[in-house]
Amino acid sequence: MGMTITEKILASHAGRETAQPGDVLTCDVDFLMANDITAPMAIDAFNRVGAQHLFDKERVAFVFSHFVPAKDVASAEQCEKVREFARAHDMPWFFDIGRGGIEHILLPQEGLVGPGDLVLGADSHSCTYGGLGAFATGVGSTDLAAAMVTGKTWLKVPESMRLRFTGKLAPWVSAKDMILHAIGHVGFSGATYMAMEFEGEAVENLSVEGRLTLCNMAIEAGAKNGVIAADAPIEAFMAGRAKRPWKSFSADKDANYAQEWTWRAEDIGLTLAKPFAPDNICRVEELVGTKVDQVFIGSCTNARMEDLRIAAHVMRGRRVAKDLRCIVIPATHEVYRSAIKEGLIEVFVDAGCAVSESTCGPCLGGHNGVLGSKEVCVSTSNRNFPGRMGHPKAQVYLASPAVAAATAIAGEITHPSSVADEIKETLDV
Amino acid sequence: MSRAWCFGDDVDTDQIIPAKYLVTTDPQELAAGAFIGARPEFSEEVREGDVIFGGENFGCGSSREHAPICLLGSGVRVVVAASYARIFYRNSINTGLMVLECPEAVAAAADGDDVSVDLKSGEIRIRGSELFQARPLAEEALKIVEAGGLMALVKKQIGVGS
Ligand code: SF4
Repeated sequence: MGMTITEKILASHAGRETAQPGDVLTCDVDFLMANDITAPMAIDAFNRVGAQHLFDKERVAFVFSHFVPAKDVASAEQCEKVREFARAHDMPWFFDIGRGGIEHILLPQEGLVGPGDLVLGADSHSCTYGGLGAFATGVGSTDLAAAMVTGKTWLKVPESMRLRFTGKLAPWVSAKDMILHAIGHVGFSGATYMAMEFEGEAVENLSVEGRLTLCNMAIEAGAKNGVIAADAPIEAFMAGRAKRPWKSFSADKDANYAQEWTWRAEDIGLTLAKPFAPDNICRVEELVGTKVDQVFIGSCTNARMEDLRIAAHVMRGRRVAKDLRCIVIPATHEVYRSAIKEGLIEVFVDAGCAVSESTCGPCLGGHNGVLGSKEVCVSTSNRNFPGRMGHPKAQVYLASPAVAAATAIAGEITHPSSVADEIKETLDV
Repeated sequence: MSRAWCFGDDVDTDQIIPAKYLVTTDPQELAAGAFIGARPEFSEEVREGDVIFGGENFGCGSSREHAPICLLGSGVRVVVAASYARIFYRNSINTGLMVLECPEAVAAAADGDDVSVDLKSGEIRIRGSELFQARPLAEEALKIVEAGGLMALVKKQIGVGS
C-alpha cells in the first residue's frame, strides 16, 4: 500500500519504513517553536521537572508576536521570563521585537523549517509550515516542554484527506479564497484529526506565500496538519536560506485517502467567512454594501509581501473611506523593511491607514485595534469566533487582502474591481 | 454536590478563555477569565468538582493550554463532551483535566443538574438515577493519565528528582 506525504514524513521520523493511520509513533522532532503567550507555560513545565538543557538549542525558537510590544505589565513580565530563559540557555533563535515578527511567517523566511521536517509549534497555526512540505502541527505548552527536553514526541498517524484544485484561478482570486472555499465545504470540524493534503494545478501555480496561506487555515477545519508536496519553487525558496538539510516527500500514486474533494479553480469566487465561524462562507457579491467600521490587513494568514502588494495596488492614489479606519501590520520586521523599500508603506500611509510594527495585534483581540460591541470588521486573518477580535458581539468577516483593501476604500464590502484595475503583472516573490 | 454546566457544539478556546486573559500562567488567575463571554457568571458561581458538558468539537481553535488550566483553576476536574478538538484533548490529558467522551450523557444533561463521575470506571450519573458509560481513554492517553501527566513521564525518562 502506498503512503501519503504525512505518513511518509512520520514514518521517517520514527525510524520506520512505513506508517498507517492509527499507528502511534514516537517521533524525533526537527524543530520546536513557542511564542510570548505559550513559551512561559512551557518554561514552567520544563523547570518543574528539573531539566537542565534543551535537547538541542539550535532546534528551538521563541518568537515574540502576540502581546508585543508589551501591552501591559503582565505581558511585560511574561516576556521577561522568556528572555531570561533564552539568555540562560543561550538560544540562537530567540526573536525579540524589531528582529522577528509573527512566527508562522518568520520561521519559513529564516529557513528554520523546510520540506520533510517534523515541526511542533505551541500555536495552533503551526500547520502553516506544511506549505513548504513539512509535517507541522500545533501543540500545547506541555507537549512542547516535553519535546524541549527529550527531542521526541508521540503522534498518532492521521488519516489523510486529499483536496484537489484543478485549473486556474480567476482574476483577483487568491489562496485565501481557495482555503475559505475548502473550509466552507469540508466544514469547521470536517477534517478533525486528519491531514489535509492539497494538490492540483491551481495549488502548484501558487507562490510559496500562497501555499503557506493555504496550509495556515487547515486548523480551521480541525485538521492536524496541512501539507503540499515540495517542488522546484519550494526548493528554490529554500536554497540559500535553509539552516538545515531538507528532504522532499510526495505521495505515492496508490496512497490511501479517507476523503477526497475536487474543485475547479475557475468556480471559486472571492470568498468571505461571515460571523461567527470560518466555515460560514459566501461570495463577495452577496455582501456588497455591508457597512464596515474597521479593516485589518495583517496576521499570519495574509501579511506577506504578496498580500501587501495586492492591498497597495488597490489603495494606490486612493483614500480610506471617511467613516472607516484601516490597520495594516506587516507580518515580520523583514516584510516591513521590504514594504518600505518598495514604497508600499508610503501607499498605505498616504491612503490614511494606520501602519504598525509586526505583531498579531487585533487578530486575537489583544491590542492595536480591538473591536467594540457594535463594530463590524473585515479582516485578512483566520478566525472570527465570538470575541476573537474584541467584544463577543463584534462582527468579523474574514477575507483576502484584495477584498479587504477595496472595502477600506469603499467603506463597505465591495469587489476589488469596482475600486481598482485588475493586476496584470505577476506578484510572485 | 457537583453541578452540570452545559454548553453547545464547537465551543472554542476563545470562549473558554479570551486572549486578553492569557497574561499569566497561574491557574487561579486564569480562572477569572473562564467562559467570561459565554457565561459571565461562571467564574463566580462555579464550585469545586462541577462538571462541564459540551457538544461536538469541544475546545476547537487555538492551542492555548490556558484553556484546560483555567478550568482546573476553577475547580473543574472533568469535562464530558460528545467529541473534542485534537489539541485541547491532548492538552487536557497532559495537564490532568479528565476529558470523557459520552454523547449520550451530553444529550441527557441539563444546566444545574446534579452529576457524579467515577473516574476509574468512566460512569457518569445524572440526577442521581440516570447512568451513562463514557468511552474508554485511548491507550496512549491512559499511560499519561496514570503517570500523573506528561511531564511526570518525562521526569521519569530523564531520571531527575527520582
Ligand atoms: S496572527 Fe493571529 S492566528 Fe496568527 S499566530 Fe498571531 S494570533 Fe495566531
